[in-house]
Amino acid sequence: MSINNSVAIAEAVELRTEREEERRSSSSGRRRPPRARSTGRVSWRKALTRDWRLYTLLILPVLFLVIFRYAPMAGNVIAFRRYRPGGSMFGDEWVGLHYVQLFINDPTFWRVFWNTLILGTLALVIVFPLPIILALMFNELRSARFKRVAQSISYLPHFMSVVIVAGMVLQLTAMRGTINQVIEGFGGEAIPFMQLAEWFRTVYISSEIWQTVGWGTILYLAALTTIDPQLYEAARIDGANRWRQIWHVTLPGIRPTMIVLLILNIGTFMAVGFEKILLIYNPLLYPTADVIATYLYRVGIFSSQFSYAAAIGLFEAIIGLTLILTANWISKRAVGTSLW
Amino acid sequence: MVATNLNQGPDRVAARIFRPATVAGIKDSRSYTVFRAINGVLIIVICFVTLYPFLNIIAQSFSSEAYINSGQVNLVPRGFTVTTFQYVLGDSMFWRNYGNTVVYTVVATAIAMVLTTTFAYALSKRHLKGRTFFIGIAVFTMFFNGGIIPNYILISTLGMKNTIWAIVLPNAISIFNLLVMKAFFENFPEDLEEAAAIDGLTTYGILGRIVLPLSKAVIATMVLFYAVSFWNSWFTAFLYMDRSELYPVTVYLRNLIAGATAGDPSAAAAGEATQVAANIKAVTMLLITIPIISLYPFIQKYFVSGVMLGSVKQ
Repeated sequence: MSINNSVAIAEAVELRTEREEERRSSSSGRRRPPRARSTGRVSWRKALTRDWRLYTLLILPVLFLVIFRYAPMAGNVIAFRRYRPGGSMFGDEWVGLHYVQLFINDPTFWRVFWNTLILGTLALVIVFPLPIILALMFNELRSARFKRVAQSISYLPHFMSVVIVAGMVLQLTAMRGTINQVIEGFGGEAIPFMQLAEWFRTVYISSEIWQTVGWGTILYLAALTTIDPQLYEAARIDGANRWRQIWHVTLPGIRPTMIVLLILNIGTFMAVGFEKILLIYNPLLYPTADVIATYLYRVGIFSSQFSYAAAIGLFEAIIGLTLILTANWISKRAVGTSLW
Repeated sequence: MVATNLNQGPDRVAARIFRPATVAGIKDSRSYTVFRAINGVLIIVICFVTLYPFLNIIAQSFSSEAYINSGQVNLVPRGFTVTTFQYVLGDSMFWRNYGNTVVYTVVATAIAMVLTTTFAYALSKRHLKGRTFFIGIAVFTMFFNGGIIPNYILISTLGMKNTIWAIVLPNAISIFNLLVMKAFFENFPEDLEEAAAIDGLTTYGILGRIVLPLSKAVIATMVLFYAVSFWNSWFTAFLYMDRSELYPVTVYLRNLIAGATAGDPSAAAAGEATQVAANIKAVTMLLITIPIISLYPFIQKYFVSGVMLGSVKQ
């Protein structure tokens, strides 16, 4: 679906890790008495006879996964085979690393590669910490009603279509848009944001902040509610003021959430908001705005160089997978928190 | 008298804001009180900045084009008019595409719900042999996917281009939603299901008559998750639909916007390089957003509970 749904993925995996932990802890001290049929290993024949109705429920979903998820993965072989429109979706003949060499020698590829890295790094460094800060700010509000209203407002942009967001970005940054009015109000000169490549990163990161930070607080707020109030009391008795309580109780309490989200953000680092960029960029902005995904979209869909674009796409996907595996491994080693 | 009152006014307000509160018998420190006041003000500013683009769109929708183009419309409509609404609502293609969005959303959500519910229910059964494998092949797709090009070729090969299936089927299961629902079913009281099994209900009967009627909250959450994402999606339709009468309304809006981003290759090819008036875009954006905004209290409540379901240990 949308490529920039890292928050959704984060939530999902968070859930997964919680489940695993639960299972690990429950294997020693089981909460429910073990049921006769769930103990021991059973043969496939026995499992099928007993649970054949459950397996029939799996047929359609597994077909879905095979056709719409795994077949396209296999379809990536066209990165190494010549594909002819109308021919087999897995290509006609092997060409080896021809397309890989093609993109390694393509200066445009390197430009979009660096643009992707820069935008991904900026998003990670600037956008990632902001939900933590905002969640802590919400947490310090004492009026429950004010807190609820503020949270509701901050979540709103998350539910907007990326097309709406792109429309808003273009309206606000227009020559006669609000931002330029403010600049002129302070005596400055209007800036044609959408014609100057050097402004694109600022515009993009700002729109990301606007759209994602509010909703990003939700997992941290959930984690905050699980912190034992007795810890705060103990800290107070030990003479800790509010700052030290935040530092020594609140932040350690949300640390696992922070790490899981950080790993996921690193994993989706290359998949910068492709749909948004596709909607707001234009050729004048290509020097900074063109990323791997937009480039391979133009090359593949627009110029029909399918194999070449597939090679670039595969390269990007492998980097993404490598990044998430590495981040997960480092985190497991260094702080003992990991996705699996 | 009056003058002194005025002079004291700001001081009093400040004194009230900065008066240290006493919570649980412990008085706040002076610096913490100052911090709280700044924090409150900052949050109000953040809320205003978050809402501003929406307010701006509403103001533009009711303003005449000349005022927008001369940069005079911010929060309050200038040159109040509703003719823009008449213009947009009078476009039969807008209605057609809006109708497409409704149809796509309803059909896609229905199919997604069937697939997600059955998958999640089967995966929630801890005794199911091969369960870990099935969860594994589902979760792996979150971290590695085929990419645009192989997907495009697949959809073309299957002959799904320019059909509703290109929009509905490739996104029929969201793994995130699947995991949330699985977590919910795992916490479903086993005793109820066992009692139903003793009464002679099959797996299908238990799912249909016992589990689903008692899972209305999670079903509502999932329906909203899917409906919002299908309502907002544009790229699949943009990729797989070649005829404008098949577009959802998000692609309709995209084409209005693309008129403004001069030189966009796809816009130029489609002959859309003409500038569309800002108020028309604003009205279209408003009309697309209205269903989401009007359902927002429900959406927010269920989304938050859905996320909590996934992230907080029960």
